[in-house]
Amino acid sequence: MSGLLDINFLEINLKNPIIMASGTFGFGREYAEIYDIQKLGGIVSKGLTLNPRSGNQGIRVWETSSGMMNSVGLENPGIQTFIKNELPFMQSLDLAHIINISGTNLEDYVKACYKISREKVDMIELNISCPNVQENSVPFGVKETTTREVVKEVKKVVKVPLMVKLSPDADDIIRIARICEEEGADAISLINTFKAFAININEKKKIFENTYAGLSGPCIKPIALRMVHEVAKQVKIPVMGIGGIVDYQDVLEFLMAGARAVQIGTANFINPKVGEIIIKDLENYLISNDISNISEIIGIVN
Amino acid sequence: MALIEYNKPLKSNFYLLKISGKYEAKMGQFFMIRKDSQFMFLNRPMSVYDLENDGVIFLYKKIGKGTTILADCKKGDEISIHGPYGNNFPMDVKGDIALVGGGTGIAPLFYVSKQLKKYCKNSTIHIFLGLQEKNKFEASFNNYADLLQVNYGGFITDYIPYEKYNTIFSCGPELMMKKIEKQARKLNIDHYVSLEKRMACGVGACLVCTCQTKNGNKRVCKDGPVFRGKDIF
Repeated sequence: MSGLLDINFLEINLKNPIIMASGTFGFGREYAEIYDIQKLGGIVSKGLTLNPRSGNQGIRVWETSSGMMNSVGLENPGIQTFIKNELPFMQSLDLAHIINISGTNLEDYVKACYKISREKVDMIELNISCPNVQENSVPFGVKETTTREVVKEVKKVVKVPLMVKLSPDADDIIRIARICEEEGADAISLINTFKAFAININEKKKIFENTYAGLSGPCIKPIALRMVHEVAKQVKIPVMGIGGIVDYQDVLEFLMAGARAVQIGTANFINPKVGEIIIKDLENYLISNDISNISEIIGIVN
Repeated sequence: MALIEYNKPLKSNFYLLKISGKYEAKMGQFFMIRKDSQFMFLNRPMSVYDLENDGVIFLYKKIGKGTTILADCKKGDEISIHGPYGNNFPMDVKGDIALVGGGTGIAPLFYVSKQLKKYCKNSTIHIFLGLQEKNKFEASFNNYADLLQVNYGGFITDYIPYEKYNTIFSCGPELMMKKIEKQARKLNIDHYVSLEKRMACGVGACLVCTCQTKNGNKRVCKDGPVFRGKDIF
């Protein structure tokens, strides 16, 4: 470890601020076959729910210009099977492992978070922002009241640091971030995918059975960056920036905008080794710019 | 990044694309291919049509925006390729084998026939292809087949003497594979299908290519693309 990229996020020592985003990296196994993922700062698990989910029917992916839409619908084995079959692998890795928890109602969120926080995990990422859970349903993170309720109740039962992942579709994302902080969230991650729409013009039908789907990739990056900039100035808890990052320059922008670490998602699909490449490029940037540690640039652009 | 050796247009919007380099792949596996463009954001999964010492060859059809960008590529253009990914058709098959391909589904079967000829010397290989119109490439399937039958514009499934075979590998429209599975079940034939789905990661992480099987959801890119016919239909 060179020390150039070391950074603390809450009480966790990260080798670097590069973390793989939920839903794009499974539980790490597949990418571990492709490169040494222990070079990464951390990984976030695929979104988990209390009970297993088989995910959405129909087309689940649609390409857009400089991005993609997904409608996976939180296909996952459920928290119990995850703890038995996948968590030991994540724990065995020398990196931060963050467990992403989702739900469709308050009770399920609380139960799933209670269960996972009894295990040895570095952090919970509370996903209150998935647009794909139920057709016509509004994610908890869109409204102030539901955000307050879920963060408050989950916070009561968890023993590990709690990071809340925000939706770009929130009524007022700054207000939502403040509510998370007030209710005891230890960190904020933003943003999840945008609720988006696509139509098959030949069949004159919607592409996705669930109607809307989540948009990600470089096409959302400037908006994500703006939201991170706004939120990081308004909360005291650390912020993890997410949204369309594909290279080290994007990472630097998010850090300069105020994020203490970042998550890489869709870029993994373009090049499965992107994490390794970004880390190397970041090191080179710091060396050639005579910066002794990456933390020096965090939030430097007001 | 790799270089394109050729990208030949054929009839029915088919193209033969050769990418230079040293590659390995088992029969039925695929690579992820992408031309850098804001309008072709995701990689395209393409099964191996043929492997040569100095490159890998793909047969694809120009259908949407992505394959149109690919079709415009010229010799010497840079292209991104990674893989191979996915499982493969079984290599330890016994007895007589039929390979059945429909449309672009014929793409993996040329390399399959080449490999089978090498590894299953005691088997006879019969190939059945269904295409819309006569093209340039199908005759090359004679290289490794003991029999080649091509049907233009009809249903290739009507021309297969199913009872002759111990094993069938198929790839093509769902209806075609379903019809074959029906016969395979009746005659107790080992039937393997190669499935196609829209993919993003290609390595088994993102779950956008999930398919439903008798044993629950499976990832076409990682658990497949080759499945037993009886698990799918």
